[in-house]
Amino acid sequence: MATPYVTLVAPFVDYGFMRRALAACAALSLGSGPIGVLLLLRRMSLTGDAMSHAVLPGAAAGFLFAGLSLWGMTVGGFVAGLVVAFLAGLVSRNTVLREDASFAGFYLTSLALGVLLVSMRGSNIDLLHILFGTILAVDDQALYLVGGIASASTLILAAIYRPLVLECFDPSFLRSLGARGSLYHLLFLVLVVLNLVAGFQALGTLMAVGLMMLPAAASRFWSRRIGGMIGASIAIALLSGYAGLLLSYRCNLPSGPAIVLTASACYLASILTGPRGGLLHRLYAPRPLHP
Amino acid sequence: MKTCLAALLALFLSILPAAVRAAPLRVVASFTVLADMARQIGGNHVQVRSLVGPNGDPHVYEPTPQDGEALARADVIVVNGLALEGWMDRLIRASAPHGAIVVASNGVHTLKLDEGGTRIPDPHAWNSAANGIVYAGNIARALIKADPAHAADYRARASAYETRLRALDRWARREIGTVPANQRRVITSHDAFGYMGAAYGIRFLAPVGFSTEAEASATGVARLVDQIRQTRIHAVFLENSNDPRLIEQIAAETGVKPGGTLYPEALSAAAGPAPTYEAMFRYNIETLLRGMQAH
Repeated sequence: MATPYVTLVAPFVDYGFMRRALAACAALSLGSGPIGVLLLLRRMSLTGDAMSHAVLPGAAAGFLFAGLSLWGMTVGGFVAGLVVAFLAGLVSRNTVLREDASFAGFYLTSLALGVLLVSMRGSNIDLLHILFGTILAVDDQALYLVGGIASASTLILAAIYRPLVLECFDPSFLRSLGARGSLYHLLFLVLVVLNLVAGFQALGTLMAVGLMMLPAAASRFWSRRIGGMIGASIAIALLSGYAGLLLSYRCNLPSGPAIVLTASACYLASILTGPRGGLLHRLYAPRPLHP
Repeated sequence: MKTCLAALLALFLSILPAAVRAAPLRVVASFTVLADMARQIGGNHVQVRSLVGPNGDPHVYEPTPQDGEALARADVIVVNGLALEGWMDRLIRASAPHGAIVVASNGVHTLKLDEGGTRIPDPHAWNSAANGIVYAGNIARALIKADPAHAADYRARASAYETRLRALDRWARREIGTVPANQRRVITSHDAFGYMGAAYGIRFLAPVGFSTEAEASATGVARLVDQIRQTRIHAVFLENSNDPRLIEQIAAETGVKPGGTLYPEALSAAAGPAPTYEAMFRYNIETLLRGMQAH
């Protein structure tokens, strides 16, 4: 009865909402996989988290003016994320404050402002829906948006890939380029915000970062090369989206957390078994000869 | 001079209690349905404040300091009970009110909901007009006890209100009775109409459980899609205090048109279609009727 087809494929054939959710996950994986790896390598892993909170007041403002409108919340979230990224970058480049500290300052401000704005509207439940999202309720419009952002993000990233990669290994590289370096850095932050806004439509602001950073962190254990890491990150994100949805369908679990927890499981498995510095590998691999 | 002052003071003190009594009774209700009931029964003698506003969700709410202050100063506090307002208990404990606390659902025959394997009481008891009468009785008794001077007024208004609710109950029974039994199946956002379903013979199905806090699982949504396809349910409804996206998605998937917006647990603003409990009940039944008959 439980043939592989019934278990693994049938839910996506039978239900449009499962297909949509899977398509949204796939687009998110392709878009934010590389971004996550670059954030990781530039030691900005927590920046993604900070930015996801920074998106909230914009989404809330969009929500106040236009209700649960896709475009209102997306444009609002994007603008708010950009403002925070820009201000934090400005402060860290022109004052004694380091980037992480200035990000912390601005994103906390932004988060509090977001909660305030959401609470101003009578219907307070919506805060939870903005924070946690509803991947099962992705409609055509949201799907086009997520797909469009993933495509744009991939193209822009391809254009600025080289300087960003160089920056990963030489943190002063972009600064040495002067104005052009700042432009690359800013474009990269724009991509982070874009992908988070896309993810927030499907998974909510809190869970969107999970699909960006967990596969990226896991990919570190599968490859030493950036290209390999990006490939592994995308693959793990795709797998998490698919397996998470299936898990949600089979075990009656909420879908967003199921997807992110699957990504967490991949992360833990990678720490243990990954061939590049995984724990088991370290225990049983022959020790290097030099002291 | 001293005696003059003392006389003034005595005069002032003798006026004070009378002045206090003349001020309206301060009633604080947790959400709009209860606030409206208190207003209907209390009339000019009460000043009612609802903590959760119109179109607000009573399951989750972030209270403001003004809410705490209103609770602390309230003469009567009306809550639904049955674990509807989880945030309310903490707020009451924190603001240490002196007023009497009325649990409006006291004495209602509670239905049970299956929530993740455990059976819990369904809090949305007001969605049957017969229960609304029980609510009104509890609120009336509390007002009379807190303000015995106007007991006759409260009794008269409560009895008129009860008559209106009884007529509403009969009307709903009659109208729903005209719909063939196999068409009385509808889909709503969350399990908020159990009492209405039991009282008037409608089957309500929902993708999310009793509380709006929950996130839907793919299993739940798939089961609902199957149910709509197999039983040919034609009536899918949105809720005013709830995220409509999931229901819209389910409607699109099954080709069913959403039949309108129901008001399960929050009144509309004064200009909306459901500014009072009676209007809300009537509007919900009428919307349901249109949805169940149309196809």
